[in-house]
Amino acid sequence: MSANNPSDLPVVSDRLAKNAMRNVSERLIEGLLLCAAAVSVLTTLGIVYVLVSESFHFFQNVSIVDFLTDTQWTPLFDDAHFGIMVLVSGTVVSSFVALAVAIPMGTIIAIYLSEFANSKVREVAKPILELLGGIPTIVFGYFALLVVTPLLQIILPELPGFSLLSAGLVMGIMIVPYIASLSEDAMRAVPMSLREGAYAMGSTRLYTAIHVVVPAAFSGLAASYILGISRAVGETMILAVAAGMQPNLTWNPMEPAATITSYIVQVALGDLPHGSIGYQTIFAAGLTLLLITLVFNILGQWLRAKFRENY
Amino acid sequence: MQPLTTEQIRAVIARGKLRDTIFKALGIFCLAIALLVIVALIADMAIKGSERFTLDFFLNFASRRAAQAGILSAWVGSLLVMLVTALAAVPLGVAAGLYLEEYAKRNWLTHIIEVNISNLAAVPSIVYGLLALGIFVYQFGFGQSILSAGLTLALLILPIIIVSTREAIRAIPAMIREGSMAVGATRWQTCRYHIIPYAMPGILTGVIIGLARAIGETAPIITIGALTFIAFLPPAPFTGEPPAGLFDWVFAPFTVMPIQIFNWTSRPDPAFEINAAAAGFVLMVMVLSMNAVAIYLRYKMRKNIKW
Repeated sequence: MSANNPSDLPVVSDRLAKNAMRNVSERLIEGLLLCAAAVSVLTTLGIVYVLVSESFHFFQNVSIVDFLTDTQWTPLFDDAHFGIMVLVSGTVVSSFVALAVAIPMGTIIAIYLSEFANSKVREVAKPILELLGGIPTIVFGYFALLVVTPLLQIILPELPGFSLLSAGLVMGIMIVPYIASLSEDAMRAVPMSLREGAYAMGSTRLYTAIHVVVPAAFSGLAASYILGISRAVGETMILAVAAGMQPNLTWNPMEPAATITSYIVQVALGDLPHGSIGYQTIFAAGLTLLLITLVFNILGQWLRAKFRENY
Repeated sequence: MQPLTTEQIRAVIARGKLRDTIFKALGIFCLAIALLVIVALIADMAIKGSERFTLDFFLNFASRRAAQAGILSAWVGSLLVMLVTALAAVPLGVAAGLYLEEYAKRNWLTHIIEVNISNLAAVPSIVYGLLALGIFVYQFGFGQSILSAGLTLALLILPIIIVSTREAIRAIPAMIREGSMAVGATRWQTCRYHIIPYAMPGILTGVIIGLARAIGETAPIITIGALTFIAFLPPAPFTGEPPAGLFDWVFAPFTVMPIQIFNWTSRPDPAFEINAAAAGFVLMVMVLSMNAVAIYLRYKMRKNIKW
């Protein structure tokens, strides 16, 4: 259309000039909005840049092999050791405890809400779960250290004051709402006709839920579990408060231990000079953490693509 | 196979029903645990902290003596950090959501932005703290200030605001846009006078949920190195000598509620435990009331809007 090229047209009124102005400002606004949307990409680039560049300095001083295989983590001592496995073990154990609570509980709640509960129960239960998900993690940390640990010590008298067990249990409760609400969404997206088919064959509700709805919604369930794992691995304050902060290579949840995240907090609380090796360790730890969550994210996307059912 | 007798069929049905009932009970039990944790948390902090709920607690600075310590600098700091966070995250998030829903063409750039936003939502919050430590604190030289903390939390809640903005915009039917454009409005005029106003309740819900998340975040703020003992207030916002004085408050050192709680929780002296409980209760009231407002807004919205 020739209107795209104003010079071809005789200017008969101010109207066209006004239109041209309008087009310019429209373009300008679109550009501004695009910049706002690009901030998220810049954030990612910033994260990668900061973690990789600081870790690069770190790995000039410490070999990657030592980093992955050393069994001690004493970066601030004279005899410095940088074995990240020590911190990873704490993260793995606490996440394992948390998921052992969160996955069964979250799935049961999701099945109950989507297949059994009537709309009245759902309208009460969903806000409760949402509130539970909104509680600040520092408050959960307080709860783990000063309420749950003393309660657990009644049953397990040898439990120390700081332990991965009580931190992990509370972390599990914290993750339940994420898993429950995502899984429920996935199960409610399963078409009614599948359930009706099962009911018509004489299935009970539970049988239908377990043998028809859960397999049909499996990709959504898997995605919610992966999100739960990411939350558990990245959780910081509950562990910093309730699991103690001394590095400890252990697979026993009854012991206190530092995790990747609580180590970062511990260093940040002190006064480390910018550019020192201690300062660089937290970026190497952060990079490890990001890579772990990235692996789970990719796994989640793969699972979702592989098990996606189309109706 | 022998056909089942009536009694046998009845037994099968009874067994199935029993299993259903057991599972129902299990579901209610799990929900009850969730509710119990919320109630136990609030009750524990309210009871332990009850003796500290005085005006002095809100008007005193942190102190070495537990009985005189208060949360003045913490709640003021939290409010100021939230102000910076909201000022940064709301325009950016709404603009990004608007762009993705109303302007973006389906091309590789849009795809990258979308994948990015969903991945950012899964990045642990402490990683944002490391980003802020490297970029805001040292590269930009903002130091350990309200500005650094506010911007960090803004980046953290940006995905929440973008996603809720997009959902709110997507719920507006196409006829609204067509009607507006049919009478000669440009795309931006359509957004400005129709899309944004109609999406407002949904956007607001997302903003409140995002800010409720931000006000309770501890890890990223500790990572940027916020002080834990602050016995002074930053200058009051927008009151100093213009132009420089207007913004001197954003460069002030600060502390926030969650850091104050962490500080008191990690002290061995049980007297500070009472303070931690009281401050935790105050924080919970803040967060839960924000969430309750958001849930109410969403509930009301769902009932009222009929296109």
